[in-house]
Amino acid sequence: MSTVASVLPTVARTGLLARTNAVVKLLGALVITAVLVVSADPVTSGVALGGQLLLLAAAGIGPWRLLTTLWPIVVAALISGWGTAVLSPEGGPVLLHLGWITITTGSLAAGGAIALRGLAIALPGITVLLTTDPTDLADGLAQTLKLPARFVLAALAALRLVEVMVTEWGVLAAARRARGAGGARGPWAALTEFAGLAFTLLVQSLRRATRLAMTMEARGFGAGPRTWARVPRFGRVDVVVGCATVLIAVAAVTLSLLTGAHRFIWQ
Amino acid sequence: MTAEPTAQLTGARVVLEGFGWHHPGRETPSLMDLDLIIEPGERVLLLGPSGAGKSTLLQALAGVDQDPDGRSASGGLSVAGVDPRDARGTVGFMHQDPETQVVLSRVGDDVAFGLENLAVPRERIWPRVREALARTGLEIPLDHPTTALSGGQKQRLALAGTLAMRPRLLLLDEPTASVDHEGAQQLCRAVADAVREDGTTLMVVEHRVALWEPVVDRVIVLGDDGRVAFDGPAQQTLQDARELLQHQGTWVPGWVPRTRTPVHASRRMSPEAGETAPGSHATAPLVEAPALETSDGTTPLGAIPETATTAHAPGNAGDAVASGNPADRVTPSAPIAPGTTLLSARDLAVSRSQPGRRALARRRRRALTAWRRGETYPEPDVRPGAAPAAENITVDVRAGHALAVTGVNGAGKSTLALTLAGLLLPVRGTVRATDALATDAPADPSLWDGAELVSRVGTVFQHPEHQFLRPTVREELAFGPRQRRRRAGRRDARATDAMADADDARVAELLRRLRLEELAEANPFTLSGGQKRRLSVGTVLAASPRVLILDEPTFGQDARTWKELVDLLVEELDGGTAVVVVTHDRDLVAALGAHELRLGS
Repeated sequence: MSTVASVLPTVARTGLLARTNAVVKLLGALVITAVLVVSADPVTSGVALGGQLLLLAAAGIGPWRLLTTLWPIVVAALISGWGTAVLSPEGGPVLLHLGWITITTGSLAAGGAIALRGLAIALPGITVLLTTDPTDLADGLAQTLKLPARFVLAALAALRLVEVMVTEWGVLAAARRARGAGGARGPWAALTEFAGLAFTLLVQSLRRATRLAMTMEARGFGAGPRTWARVPRFGRVDVVVGCATVLIAVAAVTLSLLTGAHRFIWQ
Repeated sequence: MTAEPTAQLTGARVVLEGFGWHHPGRETPSLMDLDLIIEPGERVLLLGPSGAGKSTLLQALAGVDQDPDGRSASGGLSVAGVDPRDARGTVGFMHQDPETQVVLSRVGDDVAFGLENLAVPRERIWPRVREALARTGLEIPLDHPTTALSGGQKQRLALAGTLAMRPRLLLLDEPTASVDHEGAQQLCRAVADAVREDGTTLMVVEHRVALWEPVVDRVIVLGDDGRVAFDGPAQQTLQDARELLQHQGTWVPGWVPRTRTPVHASRRMSPEAGETAPGSHATAPLVEAPALETSDGTTPLGAIPETATTAHAPGNAGDAVASGNPADRVTPSAPIAPGTTLLSARDLAVSRSQPGRRALARRRRRALTAWRRGETYPEPDVRPGAAPAAENITVDVRAGHALAVTGVNGAGKSTLALTLAGLLLPVRGTVRATDALATDAPADPSLWDGAELVSRVGTVFQHPEHQFLRPTVREELAFGPRQRRRRAGRRDARATDAMADADDARVAELLRRLRLEELAEANPFTLSGGQKRRLSVGTVLAASPRVLILDEPTFGQDARTWKELVDLLVEELDGGTAVVVVTHDRDLVAALGAHELRLGS
């Protein structure tokens, strides 16, 4: 029901990961992502991805459900992999030769590695977004990580406006169609219609933002010390999830080093 | 309800000494020489013409005004003896937009937000949150998502958030302007109870006087010059200032601006159809769906007046898709007799949920092909997966007649309007234009392209700004006719020159009728609320549609704009246009002499 869920596809806000503290999830995701960002080999990516899928499955989000909600990301990863396979100069026996397209075993492996790495890097961040209520995340950022409350809460309020804007986009499109706009075909017409829609939405959003700022100010936001109504809770779940993420990161690097496949991004 | 001993609260005393406000770039100040003392616990209704600076005054008192360099304000202002900017938590402030009144995504968190900012200790926050919610009658779980609330509930939530802070001065800027009647009354009651119990000082800006009259004990009326024109005990002042208030467009209790009765209403005289003379609220004819269907497929709602027995008898809507070649059809310029059915809906079920974009395009393509061949496109009986917002609707929209769609919030009124306009596909049943309206286009309005649509059905949405497309008022009015002209030009290039002249004349005439001549080159977004409303109606009138559909046209409008709007609609009715209004406004239904279609009863 809340912002991110309505903008991105929804994965239920119940279950193990939803109960995990937002900061633990965020840090866990950071650890895994950091390891993947500095390592460029398929073993690290593969182990990390596998570990994440296991953790998600244990938390009640099976691979099939992931695939149906996050298919655009899978498609994006496959496309980037395909691009690499086509363009990569890696050698090896030729598998496919179609005009200028030449795919060798080497280039296919490189493509696969890119796709795998893309997926493994994208998954942690998305998981955090999909299983965390934005308010809880803000609480964690401000109270546990001590980020400036003013900044965090302003971002949170802005996020709510995004939701309002998404709804408004549909109404706007119908309102403009009623005036006879937007019926023309062709990319140029589509582009001008999009620009018109976006402009109107922008005008509305600026007004909204001003009024929201007024509301927040009238409720005493912005100056002086503040208290927090909600307490970020830490429990056994958080220890489990925290350890699991560290384990995934460590296992990925260790296995990769043991097999001799590990390669830093700068190597 | 109180979970902790309440500190004895007293209202704040408000003092204005020669207070004034002059927006930079405006010729005249909006507020001038205000010398006012509002005693603790006093309940004040602040009235005045739109744009008189009432909101500015409230914002200044709340310490949230937009005066960064301090050049706009003059004179002195204090709340409980201090500058409002330094009186955090002393003043509670609410404005009229429910969407931006809510800060957080869960009900409890939103009410707690103000308390957190006032650094109230955590253990005291939640009891106060629950107490505030109870006082405003919002008995919903604390983790209820705020997006799922109605406009009226959002306003009450905002009130709860404000009351939880225990302000000593409560400032309300048109709190019920975007809320339906029932929601407005609930909010008003909650405010009345709260200020009475706490002794809070109250200042309300609102042009629906009847709502607040029982709550307030003092009325202050600002004149057009931004000075205090009347100030005194509520009832006495409302009486003394009545003439000025009516002139300013304030909804004075027991008064509705006088408007002309449309011809169709004054002629209607068929008692067997349950119709009576228009003009009084109670007797507005009520039409129950479904209507009786006669053997030839036409469904008169009430009797067609005698004038309808002329040239164009209403065609059978259902057959129109298949009927003959375009040459047989009525030409667009042919006059239509009042009472002729233009649009008819049969056993309609409507929903906001629509097929995907590609499915819509496919349906449109196939149905158009079928139409060109003179065949009927086989529609599925029921579109699966869509829960109807309203169903079993059978209704005719007739030339020169007004139809009012009424009903509670969420009854599917706006959805029905959009479906009639061809902007949404029905879940079940059909909407068909008769030959008189469709002429050379398909009978199914959802198949019309932009140009076909604007010259047949004009739809005015609730928020005028949603429909503004061009940078100036003049271009905005010329947009619809130009669409129509462009289309005609594809067939006959010579015809367009003559049309262009006629269209220019139409735009000039509209500018005059809308009283927007002086603002012809202004940007539509910079107009006042009432001007925007008039322009939004004008933009669809410019393409001379035969059917006009308006969603809550009078919502939140002052009496002046209301009168101008009704006059405009009556002119259109008398010119033979069919008018459909979605509305809560009983006075509007009466003034248009509209048939009433009540949904969800």
